[in-house]
Amino acid sequence: MNIIVCVKQVPDTTVVKIDPVKGTLIREGVPSIMNPDDKGGLELALRLKDQFGAHVTVISMGPPQADVMLREALAMGADRAILLSDRKFAGADTLATSYALSGLCRVLDYDLIIAGRQAIDGDTAQVGPELAEHLDLPQITYVADAKLLENGNLQVDKENEDGVQVLEVEGKCLLTVLASAFDARYMSVSGIMEAYDKEVEVWSADKIDVEEGKLGLAGSPTKVFKSFPKAMKAPGEVHEVTPEEAVELIVNQLKVKHII
Amino acid sequence: MDFSYSKTEELFLQMVRSFAENEVKPLAAEIDEQERFPLETVQKMGKLGMMGIPIPKQYGGAGGTVQMYIMAVEELSRVCATTGVVLSAHTSLCMAPILEHGTEEQKMKYLPKLASGEWIGAFGLTEPNAGTDAAMQQTTAVDAGDHWVLNGSKIFITNASNAHVFIVMAMTDKSQGTKGISAFIVERDMPGFSIGKKELKMGIRGSATCELIFENCIVPKENLLGQLGKGFKIAMMTLDGGRIGIASQALGIAQGAIDETVKYTKERKQFGRAIAKFQNTQFQMADLKTKVEAARLLVRSAAWKKDMHLPYSADAAMAKLFAAETAMEVTTKAVQFHGGYGYTREYPVERMMRDAKITEIYEGTSEVQRMVIAGQLFK
Repeated sequence: MNIIVCVKQVPDTTVVKIDPVKGTLIREGVPSIMNPDDKGGLELALRLKDQFGAHVTVISMGPPQADVMLREALAMGADRAILLSDRKFAGADTLATSYALSGLCRVLDYDLIIAGRQAIDGDTAQVGPELAEHLDLPQITYVADAKLLENGNLQVDKENEDGVQVLEVEGKCLLTVLASAFDARYMSVSGIMEAYDKEVEVWSADKIDVEEGKLGLAGSPTKVFKSFPKAMKAPGEVHEVTPEEAVELIVNQLKVKHII
Repeated sequence: MDFSYSKTEELFLQMVRSFAENEVKPLAAEIDEQERFPLETVQKMGKLGMMGIPIPKQYGGAGGTVQMYIMAVEELSRVCATTGVVLSAHTSLCMAPILEHGTEEQKMKYLPKLASGEWIGAFGLTEPNAGTDAAMQQTTAVDAGDHWVLNGSKIFITNASNAHVFIVMAMTDKSQGTKGISAFIVERDMPGFSIGKKELKMGIRGSATCELIFENCIVPKENLLGQLGKGFKIAMMTLDGGRIGIASQALGIAQGAIDETVKYTKERKQFGRAIAKFQNTQFQMADLKTKVEAARLLVRSAAWKKDMHLPYSADAAMAKLFAAETAMEVTTKAVQFHGGYGYTREYPVERMMRDAKITEIYEGTSEVQRMVIAGQLFK
């Protein structure tokens, strides 16, 4: 089985701040990490590899600095790493990104594509599903578990708000995965020792199956109008009172604020 | 001169730091409180290849460097000094002498299982009457034709309760003094060998420190390590390497105490402001941080020399002396900064101060380190 895993390098948003004037992320001094849901996706691929045997290729689109994240993926156990890096991809929204990734997938041999549910910097959850659409593949989102059945089909647990759906899928498909469902393994020491002996292949736009006009800024219908941090709500107040006193308190407060 | 980490070391640091934070730190207070050996952590480290970092691949190791190994000891000790010393004693005191002095058969027999963490290693030199004066060995090994017979006892042996392989020094010819001491590889299940009493300690309480007892213990002929009569030299060389590990452990404890104190003094308010805002706090912490960085450079330089196969005995002694005394000073002041809270087990600095003390004592006291350093200086 050949598995492609889509990974993205993101700023660690637990420490990131937003420029109050420009409304953009302040990336300086913020560590870059492998997007957690993508890491969960890699973990699923590596578990399938451990159990059933597989060749795992990690792919990413991004600047050359994403190299270190792909080394991490290799040290965790991935077999091959490809970085799409070209100025022609610059300014891509989710549609242009998923289109570029689909162009890469089309020239690779695969049985299964795994992507993270969403990235912690954009939170769109669009790239995975869009990639499936570009490739005309069936897709299952919010995957919490997957295993290979004897008939060669995949059995997939899809996590919904109110329960888990167990699905069986035949042939090629795309899954998007939740980090919380897959506790990702650590890099092994021997994996780390070999990570820089392996090659991270850097591919430009002309190596993949795409129309150039649909790449980067030109292929991106989404424009970011404005981004800003959410206003912090004031902390709530706790009053330990009887129900009657509570009613009076609330009514008074609503009057003070001229709501009633 | 390049002080930066290599790309491989950067990746390694990312892994060990994350492992220490997520797997080791949550257990630190519990294994201290319960005086429990962290076997589950050792098994996880074994699976990741952390139990054989500087061991070549042909012997089942990860093929890493001494530098990487001591980075791991530091990062583990930063959150749990017990876990740091488990790795240090296993790597420096058991695997290193087998790698450096063992026959090919001994390396093939012992190193793969030690490097995978299936077996844990230990080292037995200290006896009730042979501490700093290690030449006063009373444990004997007698040649009985096709095997050796060991009699005597060892005390204060780190990892003993869970170890499978022990490097043991014993007197094979008393008339020769230190040249009559030989080293042996003893396995836990060899007849006549048993583990005695477990010590109740001030710190590193999860580390199992026990007595080893040899009563007509039968050790196969092929388990002599190195040449007959070279045991004392092997022990001293082994301790030179071990000291870099303990220096890293001390460094990790000191860094951990700095981390905790920075966090606490920024949160704790007295007289209307965070105590980190007081110049007394800032100046004292600046001095402590400077000492920790100086210790780190000594430790890294000693490890670099060992990696380069350069003489490093005095470097290791200086690193251990300075790092251990720094750990003691930093942790003592860390408790002071925490005030009454620091004296309670609510905060980890209390444990760190207890853990730091042993680094001035084991694998050669600070006085022994001064002897080693002065010995080089005045030779």
